[in-house]
Amino acid sequence: MRVLLLLLLILALPARAEEVVLGLSQDTVSISTNFEGSEILIFGAIKRETPAEAEPLQVVIAVAGPQRPLTVWRQDRKFGIWVNSDAVEVDAAPSFYVVATSAPWKKAISDTEDLRHQISIPRAIRSVGAPMEVPDAQSFTEAVIRIRTAEGQYQLRENTVNVREQTLFDTSIQMPANLTEGAYITRIFLTRGGAVVSSYETVIDVRKVGLERWLYTLSRQQPLVYGLMSLFIAIAAGWGASATFRMLRAQ
Amino acid sequence: MQVYLPIAEVSLNIFILLGLGGLVGVLSGMFGVGGGFLMTPLLFFIGVPPAVAVATGANQIVASSVSGLMAHLRRKTVDLRMGTVLLVGGLIGAALGVMLFNYLKSLGQVDLLVRLCYVFFLGIIGALMFIESVNALRKSRSGAPPARKKHNWIHALPFKMRFRTSGLYISVIPPILVGVAVGVLAAVMGVGGGFIMVPAMIYLLNMPTKVVIGTSLFQIIFVTAFTTLLHATTNYTVDVVLAVLLLIGGVVGAQLGTALGTRLKAEQLRVLLAGLVLLVCGKLALELLIRPSELYVITTAGSL
Repeated sequence: MRVLLLLLLILALPARAEEVVLGLSQDTVSISTNFEGSEILIFGAIKRETPAEAEPLQVVIAVAGPQRPLTVWRQDRKFGIWVNSDAVEVDAAPSFYVVATSAPWKKAISDTEDLRHQISIPRAIRSVGAPMEVPDAQSFTEAVIRIRTAEGQYQLRENTVNVREQTLFDTSIQMPANLTEGAYITRIFLTRGGAVVSSYETVIDVRKVGLERWLYTLSRQQPLVYGLMSLFIAIAAGWGASATFRMLRAQ
Repeated sequence: MQVYLPIAEVSLNIFILLGLGGLVGVLSGMFGVGGGFLMTPLLFFIGVPPAVAVATGANQIVASSVSGLMAHLRRKTVDLRMGTVLLVGGLIGAALGVMLFNYLKSLGQVDLLVRLCYVFFLGIIGALMFIESVNALRKSRSGAPPARKKHNWIHALPFKMRFRTSGLYISVIPPILVGVAVGVLAAVMGVGGGFIMVPAMIYLLNMPTKVVIGTSLFQIIFVTAFTTLLHATTNYTVDVVLAVLLLIGGVVGAQLGTALGTRLKAEQLRVLLAGLVLLVCGKLALELLIRPSELYVITTAGSL
């Protein structure tokens, strides 16, 4: 749907002045057994028919992991101990979200454009339906951002996109080791004076490979076989170690 | 060296995991406890999601218990008959425990339940064992003969059965009830339940200390195997890569622990175990009482 809209938008603007030509150092991230996180280089050029305008062009890049629903609990002291008390459901929050800009946030994009394209971290989290008895639902969303920022899952990286001659741009995105599988939607916005003049969207595919993929698939599709296999390994290892140690002692 | 765990979806240091397995294995061999009461909180601490820690811990306990049991079987310090009676109760308890677990999960209070269970059981058992074993140590030092086993209400119950290895002739009702209690704890807390069963066998059933550990391991294997299968088929939370790393350390540790255990006196073993139980209990109690630095907690469908 979004792709279709984008296509319509492109068709509706025939005299499109500036366009993104994008490159990625890798468009798939393979999670293998020794995966330690990944660094993706996002680079590109700006294609234009007419000479560049005087006002400098800014670049905003947003990479979002798969959207997942979650529940946020606030702890409260009851009977002397800290327990989960109020809860707010968040309908969809990306498991990973990075926004990189070529200028300070306020300068890179206006609030109206942010609202329209939902680029900043708070706007990327969708939360509706906070229960009536929770008056300060906003603080729950803030908590999600605070916790995930501390874990490196959400990052706001201002001034990290290099723009050269208003034509070439590049940045690198650090992906942590605890990645969730899925399509990571990567959006690039060109802005001038806070207004979006052009945008581009692509997907970075993050998936488990090899043994990781095989085990994950087995555990979901044949859970009983997977469980029995785990038990068999456990019993064999326990018995094997016992036998080995006895042999070692007998010598 | 990092290793990515396919089910937990986190990347952890391989040597930390091996070391953790080894430490818990030594305890398993020494005390006849599965070590889950230590393993589960430690796994939370290094960043494994709670649900995965509970399920994988159960799988790892199977391995270290098998290893420990082999050593005890050779020394003929396993009461298979008592173990089977305990096991019947254990399986009933595990099924009940899973139902309770899922009910509280729907209320969002599983984490609290698990912590409260830990604090409550570890506190009571640790304190009782500590007092009793210190007294026993004092008596053995002063050379006084150990008190003779007293007849109590347990001996008045029906359905009596003879347990030759333990030298007991008692009703099957108390062992079955002990088994049920341990089964519930195994499912809810992700532990084998040895830390509650060992004292219950010594103090409640009056079993001789030398057969307690082997018999406990025998029962733990089956209850944790059952729990592993339940978690694997209902919650998909058993991480076999994590389990293999933990059990490589665990099986080696269990052998060392068994050897260490035979060199120490029974009373000394009990003082050590009591001290350890109290330590873990105190740490968990503090976490409940002190204001957390982050008041908000995120839960997703995959975690607790």
